[in-house]
Formats: sequence, C-alpha cells, structure tokens
Amino acid sequence: MYVYDEYDQSIVDARVEEFRDQVERRLSGALTEDQFKPLRLMNGLYLQLHAYMLRIAVPYGTLDGRQMRMLGHIARKYDRGYGHFTTRQNIQYNWIKLADAPDILAELATVQMHAIQTSGNCIRNISSDQFAGAAADEVADPRPWAELIRQWSTFHPEFTYLPRKFKIAVIAADEDRAAMRLHDIGIQLLERDGVLGAKIFVGGGMGRTPMIAHEVKDFITADHLMSYLEACLRVYNRYGRRDNIYKARIKILLHEIGVEAYREQVEAEFAAIRDLGLDPPLAELARITAMFKGPDFDADAPDTVDRSDPDFAVWLDQNVAAHKQRGHAIVTISLKPIGGIPGDASADQIDLMADLAERYGHDELRVTHAQNIVLPHVRKADLHAIWTALREAGLAEANLDLISDIIACPGLDYCSLANARSIPLAQKIGERFAGRQRELGELKLKISGCINACGHHHAGHIGILGVDKKGTENYQLLLGGSGAEDVSLGKITGPGFDEDGVVDAIERVTDRYVALRERGERFLDTYRRVGMQPFKEAIYG
Amino acid sequence: MVDPITVNTNAGETLLRFRDDVVHDEPAVTLDAFLGQTNATAVRLEAGDDARALLPHLGQIALVEISFPTFRDGRGYSAARILREAGFEGELRAAGDVLVDQIPHMRRCGFDSFAPEKPVDAATLTKLLALYPQPYQKAADARVPVWKLRHG
Ligand code: HEM
Ligand code: SF4
Repeated sequence: MYVYDEYDQSIVDARVEEFRDQVERRLSGALTEDQFKPLRLMNGLYLQLHAYMLRIAVPYGTLDGRQMRMLGHIARKYDRGYGHFTTRQNIQYNWIKLADAPDILAELATVQMHAIQTSGNCIRNISSDQFAGAAADEVADPRPWAELIRQWSTFHPEFTYLPRKFKIAVIAADEDRAAMRLHDIGIQLLERDGVLGAKIFVGGGMGRTPMIAHEVKDFITADHLMSYLEACLRVYNRYGRRDNIYKARIKILLHEIGVEAYREQVEAEFAAIRDLGLDPPLAELARITAMFKGPDFDADAPDTVDRSDPDFAVWLDQNVAAHKQRGHAIVTISLKPIGGIPGDASADQIDLMADLAERYGHDELRVTHAQNIVLPHVRKADLHAIWTALREAGLAEANLDLISDIIACPGLDYCSLANARSIPLAQKIGERFAGRQRELGELKLKISGCINACGHHHAGHIGILGVDKKGTENYQLLLGGSGAEDVSLGKITGPGFDEDGVVDAIERVTDRYVALRERGERFLDTYRRVGMQPFKEAIYG
Repeated sequence: MVDPITVNTNAGETLLRFRDDVVHDEPAVTLDAFLGQTNATAVRLEAGDDARALLPHLGQIALVEISFPTFRDGRGYSAARILREAGFEGELRAAGDVLVDQIPHMRRCGFDSFAPEKPVDAATLTKLLALYPQPYQKAADARVPVWKLRHG
C-alpha cells in the first residue's frame, strides 16, 4: 500500500488548516454560501435534504485496518453510528455538522486520509479494480498508476474549475471490474513489446445522457502519461460547454465535435507540452510501485478448503474469488443483507472488518464500486473463521453479483433531486427474490432515484429509474446494460410502474429468462440473444 | 515575489501586482481588434477567446488581461498557462470575479496581476499563499513539484 512521506503529509495537513479557515470565514459571514459552496464541495461537503453530507476519499478503494477503524470512529463520534460506502469507492456520512467538518478532516489526516476533491467540478478520486494486486488476470497492479494520477490531480491549479466533475478509472485486466468505460477518462494498462503502457478512453459517463468512452489513444507510456492527460483535460477545460450544466461533461464535447476532432486537438496540445518537463521521472513510478509490492505470501498455505458446512460452501462459491497466489483467496464481504440499505455499514461492522483484515488479510481492505468490501489477500485455511465472524456480524450474505447485490443511490430518503425512493425498493426486491436468487445466477440490478443516474441504472443487467409521474413516484425498467468489459447501456422496456408493480415486472422478466435460457447463459446473455421483445411480452402481456 | 503590491491605475482600478515594473497604462484592446490592428501592446481576452491566436505576436505585447465573468469559469487558467508556456513574460492579469481562494492557483498558472471586482482581504491572501509547502505538479510558476524534491 502507498504510505505518505513528509511531503504528502504536509499537503494534507495544510488542507485541514485551509478548510478550517474557510469554515470560520463562512460561519462569520465573510464568505457567502454561494462563494463557500465551491470551496466546501472541493472538500466533499454537500448540503443534502436534512443535513450536511461528507464524502471521504478512499483512493482507488484501498485502505488498511487503521484507516478502516478511523471510518468507524467517525461514524460513531460525528454521525449516527454508520457510514455509507459509495459507487466511487468512497465513504460518506449523511448527518454531519458543518462546525465538526474541520475536526473530522484533522482526525482523518492522522491516518493519511482526506476528503480532497471528492466533489466539485474538478478531478475526483481515482477509482480502480478492487482485486488489484490479487487478481490472476492483471498485467500489473494498476494502483501505482492511479496513485501517480492522484498526486498529479491533487490541487491541480489549472483544472479546479472545470465545466463539470471529472472521473478517472484505471484498470489492468481484460475483465473490467471498475466500469472503466463509463468514466470521463478510462485507462487500461497493457503490455506491448515488454513495455507497460496505457490505452486511454475518453468521454464515458452516466447521468441523463449515458455514453460509453471512446478509445482516444492506443498506447502511451508512463513517461508521458501526465502530459497526455494534461492535454486531454486542457482541451476539455477550454472547449467543454459551460452554458448548460446538463451538457457540460466531456462526453458531450466528444459527442458534439466527434472523437476524431477531439483526438486531433489533444494531439496538438500534447505536442506543445510533452517536452516541457511536466512528467515526473520514471523513478517516481518505481518508488510508488515498490510500495505496492504486496505482502509476502505463505507459499506453503494449504490449497484445499473443508466444504462440509453447507452454508459456508454456498458463501464460498458466491463471494470468494481466485487469488493469484496458491493457497490464497479474495473475499468479498457483501454490504447487501436482505432487507438492508445497500452500502451501509455500522461502526461495529466497520471495526470488525478492520479486525479481520489485520488478523487474516495482511492488513488490507478494498471498497468496490458495487458498494461492497473486499479482503484481497486471505489464506484459504482462514476462510471458515472469517465467514464465522462475518456471520455473527450480519455480514455473510452470499449474494455477490446476484439480484439482491443491488447498487442503489440514496434516492428520496436523502437526496433533494430525487423523484422516487431507491432504498425501500432495493429492500423489497431483495426480499422478493431472496429464496431463488442463486437459481437466477449473475444478475446485476441497479437503481437510481432520478435521471442523474448515481445508482448506475444504465449499466444494470436490470436497471430501475425513478421518475416523477404527475406528482407520484414511478419507476421505469431497463434491460441489457453492463458496466463490465462487455459494456452496454440498458434500454427502457416501456411504460413505468409503481413500487410494487416494478417488483412484479422484474419477476415476470426473470421467469421469462428462466424459461428461455440455454445452458450456462446469464440473464444478460439470454437478453442479448433473444432481444427485448420476449421480455416486453412477459411484462405487458 | 511573495506578497503583492497594491497599485491604483489611471482608470481607477485597484490592482494586486506580483511584479514591480511600471504598470502598463495603454488600454487593453479586444482580441479581434488586436488581430486587426498590429501596433497595440495590451490585449484583453474574454473567457472563450483562443489564447493561441496571440502566440505569433507575443514579442510586442506587454499586458494580457484575462476576463473571469464568474469565478466558476475556469477557462482563463488554461489561457494563462498557454501564454506562459509559449514564453510570454509580460504582465498577465486576471480580471473580474476573482476570489481570494483562487489566487494561489492563478499564481501557479502564471498570473502575476489581479484586478478583482470585489476587494480581497490582504491578510487572508498572505496566509493562503504561504499555506501549501510544495505542490504535487509542475505548472507555469517556479515552484518545485514534490516529485522533483523526491528525486532531484
Ligand atoms: C444525495 C446527494 C446526491 C446528489 C445531489 C447527487 C447529484 C448528482 C448529479 C447531479 C449527478 C449527475 C452529474 C452529471 O452527469 O454531471 C450525479 C451523478 C452521479 N452520482 Fe450523484 N448525487 C448524490 C449522491 C450520490 C451518491 C451517494 C453516490 C454514490 C453512491 C453518487 C454517485 C454518482 C455517480 C456514480 C454518478 C454518475 C457519474 C457519471 O455520470 O459518470 N451520487 N449525482
Ligand atoms: S440519482 Fe438522483 S435521486 Fe439518486 S442520489 Fe443521484 S441525484 Fe439523488
């Protein structure tokens, strides 16, 4: 894991001081709310329906036990005893007092954490593959590159007042576990002639106009990565639309001028700046990479697991993935208990996960974009003990990538922009399908409470979008989206439903799927083979 | 220069300047006017103007004023860097809705003169300019990025 040196620490400490001063100026009236807003937003502080919400960065979703424990402490001391893990691998708290925010940041700084650029029209927290460093299919660990980009983007003087927010994801495997092509910039590391480099995709995003990112650069090596990204961002900063907030994302710029014209402009800009010495030396990437070397694995760890406990075996099959190291495994802890709030964890649960990481997991945890937690490096021999502890804490739901492993936005319960509730609907769906979800197999369901798409509904195998129908909550159903390497955008089935209606409609869809599926087909595969029509018939008769 | 000098111009503006040469008092002309007439020495760029259009003429320009219609409009940061990266050494002024918390970033992009619509608090500015010990990235100023400190 990356460990701060004195430079990193002094920058985060300075940020705490700066923000404390800004809050004091706001409380004294020296700053108006309008002037304060972009400043607090750059520190992840939103004004929501009931209170301030604070979003804390978990760079590329990686943290250690001590940091995790701090998140539990903040939940206990400054919030109502729980936190909410988000789709961008961060955590947020929904009940924060403005006057407490500087103290929270000061506490975070003691464990090398912060809330820098977790909101606002700037480059946001860099996201990555939650299995980085543990997956057998990666060409390299993507996180050193993500850390390099984190540093470059932190307080970037030119890109703090972009037309709109800007999200970057870095992956290093063909399997895309980070929805890379639904980011403003998606980066995939690959090897060419023995050299590690990056393929750059630009212009993906969800929101009201979902788009899949286009390949803009075939291959760029690390020694010019920063100047290339700088060129990508500069073209956007200069020409991205500022007249209409709904058209301000970089995806719209690419859509309007075309990927060819955008690429040409970036290349011209890159040619002008590539030799200005903007790129850190390769020694910096090497310094960071050394910190991600990973743990010293027990080479003699036994490779077999006792499956005689049937409940344990179910969890093993669903939530445990293959590790690159023999005798080891990757555990995903589901934060989607049936009837719970997707992504929520109590302070006690957070502490327990920190304990397990320290005791069994080489002191490492990850947050996933699907709002779950990962223990990336555990010995197979410890799996039963981990599962037992998780079960006692209500964290052993065996539903990874099943229909109840739902991504849901905060919706009408917290969000002032919402048209409809997301959380109660997620709970209802979980309850309805709990008994047969394993029979349905992989089925990613995602819910957004309005067109802003915070719940990734466009990328759900089944997506649900809350809309306003003459003052009542209504839900549209979408089928066929994916945020993975087979990325696609879902299509609306037809007229919407009320809350119970949409759950019934999903049941008709899944029944039809079971009737139509061929051997080994996931729901998404069947949908792609047979198209929308059979499902439409099943839903609307 | 660490702290700005406050100067009042003939036009009655209050400037915060991080340079000690004489204030250029020829009025700035628009980009179109500048490109149409060849002898002006001061230009005002609106947020959407292309700073690159000035690059062939930098030798004759003493002042470029870049307009910030609202503090949210960040186009001027890129315009400033483009001019500095091309070697412009004249006065680069940020004018309009410029807030005190933005001035440190603007300094890094190459601005060395400020004409804020509303007065900025000098004590706050001094504090903010000294706050961050070192930046992470290289920009248009002389500050040394962390990676350079780490690796020499
Ligand atoms: C409750 C307060 C929230 C508000 C007011 C809000 C607002 C918005 C808005 C306006 C957008 C559209 C932005 C655009 O397309 O430019 C958006 C997108 C998004 N939000 Fe939120 N959001 C909230 C909470 C959340 C939460 C809690 C999460 C994570 C769980 C989240 C994750 C996202 C994601 C992933 C997107 C899509 C980004 C994209 O288009 O690429 N938001 N949000
Ligand atoms: S999708 Fe809409 S309702 Fe849900 S959190 Fe985002 S803005 Fe709020």
